[in-house]
Amino acid sequence: MGLGFTIIPKYLDVILLGCAWTIGITLAAAILSFIGGILFAVIALYAPWLIRQPFRLIEWLFMGTPLLLQLFLIYFGLVQIGIDLPAFVAGIIGLGLHFAVYNSELIQTAILSVDKGQMEAARTLGLSRTEALRKVVVPQAVRAVIPPIGNNMIALLKDSALVSVIGVSELTLSAQRVIGRTYRPFEFYLMAAACYYVINLAMEWLQRKIERRISISR
Amino acid sequence: MLKVYPFFLEAAWITILLAVLTAVLGLICGALGAAARLSRFAFLRFLGAAYVSVIRGTPALIQLFILYFGGPQIGIQLDAFEAGVIGLGVNAGAYMTETIRGAIISIDKGQREASRTLGLSQWQTMYKVILPQSARLMVRPLGVNINALIKATALVAAISVVELTYTAQRYIGSTYKPFEMFLLAGVLYMIIIYVTGRGVAWLDRKVQIT
Repeated sequence: MGLGFTIIPKYLDVILLGCAWTIGITLAAAILSFIGGILFAVIALYAPWLIRQPFRLIEWLFMGTPLLLQLFLIYFGLVQIGIDLPAFVAGIIGLGLHFAVYNSELIQTAILSVDKGQMEAARTLGLSRTEALRKVVVPQAVRAVIPPIGNNMIALLKDSALVSVIGVSELTLSAQRVIGRTYRPFEFYLMAAACYYVINLAMEWLQRKIERRISISR
Repeated sequence: MLKVYPFFLEAAWITILLAVLTAVLGLICGALGAAARLSRFAFLRFLGAAYVSVIRGTPALIQLFILYFGGPQIGIQLDAFEAGVIGLGVNAGAYMTETIRGAIISIDKGQREASRTLGLSQWQTMYKVILPQSARLMVRPLGVNINALIKATALVAAISVVELTYTAQRYIGSTYKPFEMFLLAGVLYMIIIYVTGRGVAWLDRKVQIT
């Protein structure tokens, strides 16, 4: 069978809807990974030993195993203990937690790099430890960490393709469905790749823009 | 539960084999990519940059699908394992291109100038002066690439290569014990990653001068 790209416009609506889902899932997972990353980082650095340990275990599990396996666990595993999540929710949680762990690593390093004097000064000025963390240390650390987190978010976009495997109708699965009808895998996977590439370029552009804005206000 | 162990161990070997072959192909692609990106010829530089940008800008899963499902349409017939190795290897190569290139350009420019002044040719400068130094810098970041690549081998489960993740998925379906199956596969992945990490750390120590 030869190639025929003229068939693509007919299914463009399906592909574009898939794009919208991919963007939505990426955005939701990105927000989750950002909040989760800050939370994990604060716990890893400041929580008492007993609370720290389970988080270290989670971190270790998430960094040492493939994302695909983690998605299977969350989607199929939680059913075992009675939590039946819709696929897209499981996908967002899986992606979000996975990248929260990677973001947490970055944020931890950044928090440690914020001068210790900052914490001491804030405490001297009468802020409680939590206040000092929330209002002085973490905001500075988060700013320092935005460029590398941007790279993680671009990785997240690409990894969002994996949730197609648990049945979320995002871009990859939309392409697959169209292929099921048309038997034209090359054309439609290439089309999907092009869509990812464009979203990726847009994210890189946004990342550069944000980085420039942060560096000016410093 | 006991019955599944042999299948998981066998699958772990497939994962290791995949990872090794992918790493070798990735290194070859990475070396070629870095050479292209640092070439004198603008066309080769463009090819290298396009390779890195396109591969790193699209999901590895889609790349595998294009190769495995789309390949036959343009006359490329591969079985799932071959498609997995080639797809993942070319993917890893793009990341390794940047690692290798970064290590090469981080060598001080004065080194190149000094070697050229001392009468070494461009090739000699590269092979006797620049590369031996940058090779030392490459070990650790290439280790990071290889760590990512081991986890990326799970993707070939989606084109039904019977490796660890596929096996876990299969037994999650038949035993309804997702946590146990996940843990079993997860532990095996972590062992593979841990051993590889130690190997990289050992090599890194070995190549340092002091």
